[in-house]
Amino acid sequence: MTELQAEQGAQALEVPREAKTRRNRDALIALAVFVVLALLPTVFSSKLLLDFVIRCAAYGLFATSLNLLVGYTGLISFGHGMFFGLGAYGFGLMMQKTGVPVPAAFVATLAITLVVALVIGAICVRLKEIYFAFVTLAFQMLIHSTILSWVSLTGGDQGLRGGIPRPPFLGIDLSNQLHLYVASCALLVIGLFLMHQIAQSPFGYTLRMIRDNATRASFIGIDVWRAKLTIFVLAALFASTGGIIMALFVSGAYPEFAYWTISGEGIFINMLGGVTTFLGPMVGTVLLLILNDTVTRLTDYHGLVLGIVILFFAIGLRKGLMDFVVEWYAQRRNGAGERG
Amino acid sequence: MLEIRSLSKSFGGVKATDNVTLDFTDGSLTAVIGPNGAGKSTFFNLITGALTPDAGQILLNGLDLAGRTPPEIVRHGIGRAFQVASIFPSLTVQETMLAAVCADQRKASVLHRRFPLAETRDRAENAMELLGLASKRNRTAATLSHGDQKLLDIALALVLDPKVLLLDEPTAGMGTEERWRMIEKVRDLWETQKITVVFIEHDMDIVFKIAPEIVVLCYGRILATGKPDAIRRNEAVIEAYLGTEHHAGITV
Repeated sequence: MTELQAEQGAQALEVPREAKTRRNRDALIALAVFVVLALLPTVFSSKLLLDFVIRCAAYGLFATSLNLLVGYTGLISFGHGMFFGLGAYGFGLMMQKTGVPVPAAFVATLAITLVVALVIGAICVRLKEIYFAFVTLAFQMLIHSTILSWVSLTGGDQGLRGGIPRPPFLGIDLSNQLHLYVASCALLVIGLFLMHQIAQSPFGYTLRMIRDNATRASFIGIDVWRAKLTIFVLAALFASTGGIIMALFVSGAYPEFAYWTISGEGIFINMLGGVTTFLGPMVGTVLLLILNDTVTRLTDYHGLVLGIVILFFAIGLRKGLMDFVVEWYAQRRNGAGERG
Repeated sequence: MLEIRSLSKSFGGVKATDNVTLDFTDGSLTAVIGPNGAGKSTFFNLITGALTPDAGQILLNGLDLAGRTPPEIVRHGIGRAFQVASIFPSLTVQETMLAAVCADQRKASVLHRRFPLAETRDRAENAMELLGLASKRNRTAATLSHGDQKLLDIALALVLDPKVLLLDEPTAGMGTEERWRMIEKVRDLWETQKITVVFIEHDMDIVFKIAPEIVVLCYGRILATGKPDAIRRNEAVIEAYLGTEHHAGITV
């Protein structure tokens, strides 16, 4: 069963049955999720919970954008974390050095990410499989090395020190935890809605065709290079947004945000949550952060525990959690249908 | 009209296509035959842009397509199906057709609307009906039988409304009965769609029964072209390609 069939209750694909209706329904769901998240602090006053959701927003946007490359297009990037780091540093530097309003710094950071992603993407998307993976990794290490060595601008291995100024705008004060929480939730929901729209658009199906058989895609008139570059840049923009949320959360930016381990965590999250469903990476993000927070509290060997968990998913289930759940649900429904 | 002029391609010292000049008139059905290594698939790869020719022209209605990329050539009206069915395994038959029409309508990059687009429905529906795949519309391509995958591959080319359709061994890997069903389908398509069809085939019974025009390739060169009767009687073809053993059978 494909995603589209799953969305339409496994019935025959009714083409004109309005795509618009599905988009409106998704917009309503997004709005409802945002309202629930925004009202959460009125029920639970725990600051830890708010912090947790803000981190989920940052990593969730990053991991879901990585899935647009890995799961939808078949581009396994080992360097996607560079855009997370670029977002954090770009935004932090913009606020520290120029003092522009937050929305202007946000837009400018995305503009910088767009240009960098265009240049790096133009080089990388021509490459196939393992070469693509390693050249993206090489670019990530290049950016990380630049951050470390350009001490006068980036603070080197100390990161951006002294905090990021967050002057209020339109009544929103991002230095206030509650305001930052609501803003992060809004960015997460809007980001997920936009990425879902991309995945369900004709372009999303172009990506699936490229993932399945890029040669054939070119023989039905698709410019494969351009499509890959487009999704590479779009995914970078969402990853960068995740980095901006992180920079706002920690009021700084650190070289670890641009290190290869961030990309590794992105891949790990995708394996954990699953790449065949849109929400898999979001579920993976929540799982990983819960695991991180609990395991690090219980033992010094958290890396070992996380390794065992990934082995369980990779070798035991051979799929991510959401892949497993969706498959199990489909089998159960088919079974019920046959009995009925 | 598809005109091939002095087309050549070498790999190292091997001339895979050697100064080939051919005309395919509008609405013709032509079989390309030749022993293994004759350069049949290379010939198709050159026409469709998978390979860049060293020299020569590929003129479609006077426009030279030599050296252009596969997407450009497809958009000018040359579609192809492959020897090994080249499909999108995770998509259903219907999704495949709808997405292909999207690409043909230059809407493959549309981001603001939802798939499928209403205006792609009729063409996708027609292609599925033509190839007998309508009843399997919700099957993913990976779960189809070998024959249906080959049909889907042809449907993928046909749904783009090509002027010229190149079929690389449409009956490859099929049993006798299935081969005949497939080739009848190809002939039906040619008759009903009024397009130029060129197909590569190894089964001589099929070729001589179905194809009004035959091109024989050998070592990258044209050995003979003409009607089946002329090819049957051509001594060079019999000696170089079919061999003396087949002589009696073919001339009967």
